[in-house]
Amino acid sequence: MPDTPTKTYDLLLRRRSTLIIAAVGAAVLGGGLTLVLWPWIKPLLSAQSTFSILLMVAGIGILLSAFAICTLAERKIAGFVQDRRGPNRVGFWGLFQPVADGLKFLLKEDFIPARADRPVFLLAPCIALVVSLLGFAIIPWAGEIHWPWMPAGHTVSTQVASINVGVLYLLATGSLSVYAVVLAGWASNNKYAHFGGLRATAQMLSYEVPLGLGLLCVLLACGTLRLEEIVQQQAASGVWNVFLHPLAFLLVLISTFAETNRTPFDLAEAEQELVGGFHTEYSSMKFAMFFIGEYTHMITASALMVALFFGGWAPLPFGGFLADSTAWGWALVKFGIYAGKVSLFIGFFMLIRWTIPRFRFDQLMRLAWKGLVPIGMAMVVGSGVLVALERERNVFWSLVVNVALLSAALGVARLSKQEITGRQANMPEIEVGPV
Amino acid sequence: MNNVPSAAPANSDYGSIAILITIVTALALAILIASHLIGPKRRRGPIKHGTYESGVQPIGTARRRFNVRFYLVAMLFLLFDVEILFFFPWASLFSRIKAAGDTGAVHHVWATAMVEGGFGSGFFLVEMLIFIGILFVGYVYAWRKGVFQWD
Repeated sequence: MPDTPTKTYDLLLRRRSTLIIAAVGAAVLGGGLTLVLWPWIKPLLSAQSTFSILLMVAGIGILLSAFAICTLAERKIAGFVQDRRGPNRVGFWGLFQPVADGLKFLLKEDFIPARADRPVFLLAPCIALVVSLLGFAIIPWAGEIHWPWMPAGHTVSTQVASINVGVLYLLATGSLSVYAVVLAGWASNNKYAHFGGLRATAQMLSYEVPLGLGLLCVLLACGTLRLEEIVQQQAASGVWNVFLHPLAFLLVLISTFAETNRTPFDLAEAEQELVGGFHTEYSSMKFAMFFIGEYTHMITASALMVALFFGGWAPLPFGGFLADSTAWGWALVKFGIYAGKVSLFIGFFMLIRWTIPRFRFDQLMRLAWKGLVPIGMAMVVGSGVLVALERERNVFWSLVVNVALLSAALGVARLSKQEITGRQANMPEIEVGPV
Repeated sequence: MNNVPSAAPANSDYGSIAILITIVTALALAILIASHLIGPKRRRGPIKHGTYESGVQPIGTARRRFNVRFYLVAMLFLLFDVEILFFFPWASLFSRIKAAGDTGAVHHVWATAMVEGGFGSGFFLVEMLIFIGILFVGYVYAWRKGVFQWD
């Protein structure tokens, strides 16, 4: 049957030329519309309030498309790690797979189990989506922009909202996502979902503490909670914070993995024991909303780490390039650099997912409370002393403190014979006979 | 140091965040409604709408008693996270205090007043050390009590 309609459609989608024609068409259409409407767009771009709204809409669009690309990238990376091809059926190189997935989600039956708590069951995915899409508001994507038609000295900032509690706001929206998980687990009235929700709550609450401590070390040295000022400091001085606070970065990185429920911390949705965990009973678009929430949370968390530790849009860890440029062309370059760094982080997240096996629950809790929390507290004291001695921008002294703390922690761990991960404490020794 | 407080930017209010919340909530509702309208509506039934537990008939409800350790985690989280929250204002003011004490520049009226009153950066450091010391005592107590015993 060579010429059934579906077959023709499928063949059309699979050609490379279809993709190119579609991309060129979209570009021509978008460019033409912008040219025609340019006199009306211009004032919108130069006023901060309207520019913020434009950024918001663009940001949501970019995040949702990034989510689509992430789902494909995740499966492609899984294929790469496991030595197979990954999705390659829908469109050229599987590029239309996310579109097909989205359509499939939309066309599935909107299903609520009979014993579920209906309003809460519907509320949980909404919370997951809303909360994860709020975080990007304070990410300084490309610094300040000075449009050519604006009076000299005026700029607009490429940030939806520049609030003085910046990092705290991100922390707050991040922790709100625990409500989505716990409400989904409770409303489903399903034992898998219940256990998944409980585990996820305990895990997210526990890792909130080292996350806060790790962020505190950086904020202490920067003296501000505004992300754009932190990025500007790093860009101007040319020293990225990761060189000053490597231990704090590790704390934040590990906690972010746990906060976003990614492997090795994905106990909440451990497929082998809990089916799907908290989203066992969810299907169609409601499941997709949890999925969007997880990936968007991951993107925002990566953007936060890039801004705090890897200089945001600063291109190189020395020299202070681009620190004072406000031309819109350079802003595009800065955005490209920022997006590139975030993509690297997301690639790292995905690579870890297919490399490291899952933790056991007791290992997870031990790592948080016995490993990361005391190191975090010591780090805060170390950073405080460094600031008091005015050595907080000095790479040498910062590294000395970091290395000293790390070796002290390792020494204490070795002396106390308390392993952070590893076997359960009250398990009998396994007798291994002669082989 | 780059701690000179600049004039508040134009978007330093929460108005844009309120707009963002509205847009995103509308998006979530639109997705839910669209999925409800577009998706097929098939037959209902006790088997189909039953709880999914891998094909086994579910025994009782899922809302039953669970391990008390989860409650302990919640308590610990409240204690530690709230105490960490107390650090944030301290952390963002500490280097400002230092700047006011070192250069004498009027960076922050409050910071300058504190420094002139004899409460310099050393005082602030010791204050934090006492606070984190109390936190650490509580942490050691919880450890000795076996709160962090997970197996």
